[in-house]
Amino acid sequence: MAGREAAPIPAGMDGTPALLVEELTKRYEGAAVPAVDRLSFAMPRGATWGLLGGNGAGKTTTIAMLLGILVPTSGRVLALGRDMTGEERFAALARMNFSSPYVALPQRLSVIENLRVYAHLYTVPRAERRIAELAEQLQLGELLHRPAGALSAGQKTRVALAKALINRPELLLLDEPTASLDPDTGDWVRGWLERYRAESGAAILLASHNMGEVERLCEHVLMLKQGRIVDQGSPAALLAKYGRDDLEEVFLDIARDRRRASPAAAAQ
Amino acid sequence: MAHGALRRIWGLAYRHLALFRRSWPRLLELMYWPTLEMLVWGFVSSYLAGAQVGGAGTGAAVAGLLLGGALLWEVTLRSQMGFTLSFMEEIWSRNLGHILVSPLRPRELLAGLMALSVVRTTVGVLPAVALAWLLYGYGLFAVGPVVVAFWVALMVMGWAVALGVTALILRHGAGAEALAWSVVFGLTPFCAVFYPVATLPELLQPVAWALPAAHVFEGLRAASGEGARIAWGHLAAAFALDAAWLVAMARVFLWQLQRARVRGMLLTIGE
Repeated sequence: MAGREAAPIPAGMDGTPALLVEELTKRYEGAAVPAVDRLSFAMPRGATWGLLGGNGAGKTTTIAMLLGILVPTSGRVLALGRDMTGEERFAALARMNFSSPYVALPQRLSVIENLRVYAHLYTVPRAERRIAELAEQLQLGELLHRPAGALSAGQKTRVALAKALINRPELLLLDEPTASLDPDTGDWVRGWLERYRAESGAAILLASHNMGEVERLCEHVLMLKQGRIVDQGSPAALLAKYGRDDLEEVFLDIARDRRRASPAAAAQ
Repeated sequence: MAHGALRRIWGLAYRHLALFRRSWPRLLELMYWPTLEMLVWGFVSSYLAGAQVGGAGTGAAVAGLLLGGALLWEVTLRSQMGFTLSFMEEIWSRNLGHILVSPLRPRELLAGLMALSVVRTTVGVLPAVALAWLLYGYGLFAVGPVVVAFWVALMVMGWAVALGVTALILRHGAGAEALAWSVVFGLTPFCAVFYPVATLPELLQPVAWALPAAHVFEGLRAASGEGARIAWGHLAAAFALDAAWLVAMARVFLWQLQRARVRGMLLTIGE
């Protein structure tokens, strides 16, 4: 299977990729099958990769292991060169960040209070200046003194992004960053992420159900099914391989086992 | 402690202090129960002092011990709740995941929760202490500076209990949160708050002597009334037991935190 082959390991400035994942497996206690099964990949510094898969494919479990909040059954994760299972994960966590619609910021705190909390937790130097920068970039100026719980979904997404960027992360993990957003706000967020990546050189791993988003933002896509990488490549290569016009069709081909990749195209 | 660690601990504390600043009912709630408890025991004490139970002067001494016991026991209760409820707040607000994928180390998380417990206990119990003096003429600190040592020993015991409760919440999820309010009440009979340990059945006395609070309250009785003295043995036993329980419960907490990392509880614990 093409997807089981580890991608070549592009080196970062210090010789390590942003993420190096080797034979990563998670079998929850009592579960008959692993949630994640021998995942291997190496994501280079500065790249934007997508993690695609249906519900239960193992995306959230994978992200939790990449963040060190979930201990793998076997295999290992190196984030920014640090092992995420042990104590040294804290050195990596200071240089990475995370956003997910399934984890909230304290709703009763104002936006600026929330950002101050995370500026302290990430020991951000000149925190007030950084918050002001983010407020300007993410158009949060008028929202800073409003309680986070009183914001619209789009505003909350922008605040969550500000939290995720408070420490200028070298590695950003985004779990469905535009879930529940209207098309206009979703497009704004995608445009902003494109600019951020270009300016900062940060590596971004994006788990998403939005195929258009992945096609637009990611140069490499990992297709997950039942905890395994069943295929991977650039969006263009996957479209060619499956003979489809968009990633949604490729996703459905894989999810429903309805069509195999063209061997000829796959060999190209 | 390194500057970075202090800043992270302050980050956690700031999050909760900002919450109190935005919500006066939360601040009021901190003072509500200690004050109510003090009022009830204050009236009981006034009655006993007036009834001169057991002869002249004895009623007043018993009344003082009851009120002193009630106020100091609130320290343990508020310390335990201050720690546990600050942790629960992160679960209720679905923020625990963010906290645990930040560079905040587990020991810093514990230090932050303990600092918040100190604030919550002080804000909760000191007004009750002041009211006891204003309403009933009972001065807790009139017992002497040793009261500060009693206060600290009881607060540390509260942290040890809180670590155990928090470990159970990590093990069993938010469904175990009722323990946050009930565990210390279950220990009350063994802590000899209002009566000497000798009053307990012989079988239960070793249980009492294993708890720092029993030594503190024996110490309070020794330091009050006629022939008042500082029971250094009880004080030393209280702090030694505090250290032993704190280390043991911290290990249980860290073990359960690691187990929760293995079982995948930390992102979904509030659900």
